[in-house]
Amino acid sequence: MSDTALHSPPGPIRSHDWGSASARKRVKRRYMHDRILQWVGLGSIGTGVVLLLILLSSLVSTGLPAFQTTKVALDLFIDPSLVSREDPGKGNFRKITRDAFAKYFPDVTSRSDKRQLYKIMSSGAPFNVRKHILKNPELIGQNISYAVPLSDPYDQLHKGVIPRQIEALSRGQQQLGEQLKQRRLLSLEDGKTAANLTIFINPELVNAEDPAGGDFAPMLAEAIRAIFPRASPTITRDILAPDAADTVKQTVVEAPALIGKTLQLKVPVSQNFDNLFRTGEAMIDNPRFGDPKVFAWYDSLAERNLLQSNFSIELFTNADSRFPEQAGLLGAIAGSFFSLVVCFLLSFVAGIAAAIYLEEFAPKNKFTDLIEVNINNLAAVPSVVFGLLGLAVFLGTFGMPRSSPLVGGMVLSLMTLPTIIIATRAALQAVPPSIREAALGVGASRHQVITHHVLPLAMPGILTGTIIGLAQALGETAPLLLIGMNAFIPSIESIGILEPATALPTQIFSWADSPERGFVSRTSAAILILLGFLFIMNATAIYLRQKFERRW
Amino acid sequence: MADVTPSTSKKKSGKAKPAPKGKAKAPEAKTNGNSTDATGLRTKTDRPLTSSRQDLALDQSTKISSSDVCVFYGDKQALFDVNVDILSNHVTALIGPSGCGKSTYLRCLNRMNDVIDIARVTGNIIVDGIDIYDPDVDVVELRARVGMVFQKPNPFPKSIYENIAYGPRIHGLASSKSDMDEIVENSLKRAGLWKEVHDRLHEPGTGLSGGQQQRLCIARAIAISPSVILMDEPCSALDPIATAIVEELIEELRQNYTIVIVTHSMQQAARVSQRTAYFHLGYLVEYGETDQIFQAPKDERTQNYITGRIG
Repeated sequence: MSDTALHSPPGPIRSHDWGSASARKRVKRRYMHDRILQWVGLGSIGTGVVLLLILLSSLVSTGLPAFQTTKVALDLFIDPSLVSREDPGKGNFRKITRDAFAKYFPDVTSRSDKRQLYKIMSSGAPFNVRKHILKNPELIGQNISYAVPLSDPYDQLHKGVIPRQIEALSRGQQQLGEQLKQRRLLSLEDGKTAANLTIFINPELVNAEDPAGGDFAPMLAEAIRAIFPRASPTITRDILAPDAADTVKQTVVEAPALIGKTLQLKVPVSQNFDNLFRTGEAMIDNPRFGDPKVFAWYDSLAERNLLQSNFSIELFTNADSRFPEQAGLLGAIAGSFFSLVVCFLLSFVAGIAAAIYLEEFAPKNKFTDLIEVNINNLAAVPSVVFGLLGLAVFLGTFGMPRSSPLVGGMVLSLMTLPTIIIATRAALQAVPPSIREAALGVGASRHQVITHHVLPLAMPGILTGTIIGLAQALGETAPLLLIGMNAFIPSIESIGILEPATALPTQIFSWADSPERGFVSRTSAAILILLGFLFIMNATAIYLRQKFERRW
Repeated sequence: MADVTPSTSKKKSGKAKPAPKGKAKAPEAKTNGNSTDATGLRTKTDRPLTSSRQDLALDQSTKISSSDVCVFYGDKQALFDVNVDILSNHVTALIGPSGCGKSTYLRCLNRMNDVIDIARVTGNIIVDGIDIYDPDVDVVELRARVGMVFQKPNPFPKSIYENIAYGPRIHGLASSKSDMDEIVENSLKRAGLWKEVHDRLHEPGTGLSGGQQQRLCIARAIAISPSVILMDEPCSALDPIATAIVEELIEELRQNYTIVIVTHSMQQAARVSQRTAYFHLGYLVEYGETDQIFQAPKDERTQNYITGRIG
C-alpha cells in the first residue's frame, strides 16, 4: 500500500437502503436457508426414527413367538421297572415318554406311522422328563401329568409362523403358466385344464409298425421348448401331467398317418398347473411335515385341549440346544455376564488409573503425546484385531482356557479401555480448575485434591463413559468369535469363569446361522433380550449421572 | 539456586528494561529512609540483609520477605526482580493494570504457581524465616500456613459445614466432633457468616449468595489457622454491598492475620490497606505506605495509574 493511501482519510459513510428490493430478496433468501436447514435436520431425524421403528417392529413381530412354547400335556407313568430308584438318571425315559404319547393315539400301530407320530413331540422331551424326575425322585412309581414341548415344526405351526399348506409352484413356474394363459394355449376340457400344443410326430422316435412303442415324451419337450425356448428342460415335467405322453400316444395309435406330421393336440397339464388355472392358486401340504396324516393327529391333540402355549421360561433357563424348542439363552447370558464383570474390573481400574496419571501427573512431553495419540488410535482399531491379539497372546502364548469368559472379558477390556480412558480424561478436564485451586489453597495434597474433589465431581462422566464402553463390549461379536466364544454349550452345569461359554452376540450369530425355522424367531428374541440389557445399562448410566451430578 | 539465579535474572531484566528498575529503586530507598517504622524496613537493594535468616528472626514484624523474585511462563518472563517485604498484621494491597504480574506475585507466596507446568520461579521468598522455595519445604504445610481466597467464590460442592471442616480434617486439626464443630463455628463467626448460616450448616455451600460464598471461602481459609491470607481480587465478582461487608471483614481479620490482597479497585486498596505495591509490566514500580502511594507517588507511572491515565 502506498504511503498516500495509508494516510488518506476514510471514504464517506455509505448509506444502505434496507427497504430496497435486493435487500428484501436477501432477507427472504436468509429465511429460506434457515427453513431448509431445519427441514434437512427434521428429515434426517424422521428417517432415523422410521427406520428404527421398522427395525424394532420387525424384531418384535419375528421374535415374540419365541417367548411362547407350545407343549403337550402327557400322563406319564414313571415305571419303576424302567427307572430304578437307585440310579434314576439311567432310566429309559424315552420309552416312558413315547408310551405316554402313543396312548393318545391307540389306532396308530404301524412302525412307520409311529415314527411319524413321535416326531410331533420334541426330541428332547425324554430329557425334560428325566430332568424333572431327577429333581423329584419321589415321583418314581407314580402317575404324573407333565407337559413336554412340541417339536419345532409343530410349535411353529401352532403359533401360525409356518402354514399348513404352501404354494406348490415357484414364482417362475407361475409366470410360465401366466404366459400360457396369455397366449391362449390353455382350455378347459371335461373340467380339466388342457394345453393346446403343436407337436411334431418325429418319425425317428416312433415306428409306423408299432406306434404304441414310440417315445413320445421328447416330442412334448420339443413342443414346450418351442413355446419357451430359454426355459430349463425340466419345465415339461412341471407343466404337463404325467399322462400327457399317453394322450399323444393314443392319438398316434388311432391315426398312424400322423407320423412325420405336425398336429395340434390338447394334452392335460399337471395337477398344480390345473389348480392354478382353475382356482387361481396351487397349494400343497407343507412338505416340512412329511405325511399328511400328521395334520390329523395334530388336530386331534388340539381338539382334546392337550396343547398349551405358555410363556417360555425355558428361553432364559435352558442352555443352547440343537432343537430350537429346547434352546435357551442361560449359557449366553451367563457368559456375557462373566465377560462383562472381568471386562469391568480390568478396564475400570486400569482405565481410571491411566487417565488420572495422564491428566494429573504426566509431564507434557513427546512421550506422553505419543501415548495419547495411541490411546485415541486404539479406540478406532477394529475389534476383530483385538480378537486376533487375544487369540495370539492370551490363548497362544499364555495358554489360557479357550472359549472362557475370562479371556473374553480380557479381550473386551482391551477394546473398552481406550473408551474409558478418553471418557475419564474428558470428565477430569471438565472439573472446573477453581475447585482444584480451592482444594490446593486449603493445603490439600495432590492425591487429596484428586480423590476428595476431582474424582467425585468427574464420577458421573466416568461412569457414563464406562457404561457406554461396557455396552459396546456387550454387543461385540468379532473378538469373541476369534477366541472361540461361539462354542456350542448344551449344558448349564458348566457355567463358570474358566469354563467354555458363549455370549449373547455370538449366540445370536450362531442361531442366525441355523436352518431350523424356530431359530429365526429365537434369533430375534435373543436380539430383543440383548437390546433389553443394553437399554437397562444405558438407563443405569443416565440414572447414575443424574444421581451423582452436583452443581458447582 | 538462590545464589545463582538472582544474578542471571538481574542480567536479563537489566538488558530488557533497565530504566524501570532504577526508577523503582530510588523512591523505595527514600521511603524507607524517611520511614519512622520501628521495624526498620530494609531497602530492596540490600540483598544480604533480606536473604539472611538470622536477620529475619530478629525482625519480628516482617512476615514475608521476597528478593529478586522472577517468574517465567515458558520463555516469557512475567515478573522481574520483585523485592517486597510484607509486614505482619498489615493489609498489603497489590495494584496495577491487567497483566502487570500482581496475581503472579501473589501466587508465588504460597507456591500456587507450582501447579502450572510451564511456570518457573527464581529468587528468594522467605516466610517466617523459611525459604519457601527450598526443596525441603512441604508445599502442603506452606499452603496451610499461607491461606488463599480466590477471585471467584469457589466453595466445594458440599455442605457449608463440610466446606469449613475439610481443611482442618485433612490436616488433623480437630481431635473430636465437638472440636470440629467449634472450629467451624469460630471460623464462620470470624468470617461474619455465622449469623446467616448457623441454622443451615448442612445445606450446600453453592446455594449461598455470591458475597456469602466469598465469606465462606474466607472462613474456609482461616479454619486451618494460617498466619497469612492471600486474596486475589476477592471482591471483583461481588456487588457493592457484599464488597463492603468483605472489606470490613478484612479490616477485622488484620488483627490476627497478615493479609495480601490483589485488587483492581484503587479505592478499595486505599480503604483496606496500610501498604501498597504498584506493579507495572512485571516490575514492582513503587512500594510504600498506602497514604503515601496515593497522595504523593514518587514514580510517574504510579501517578499516571492512580489518576486514571493508564491502566
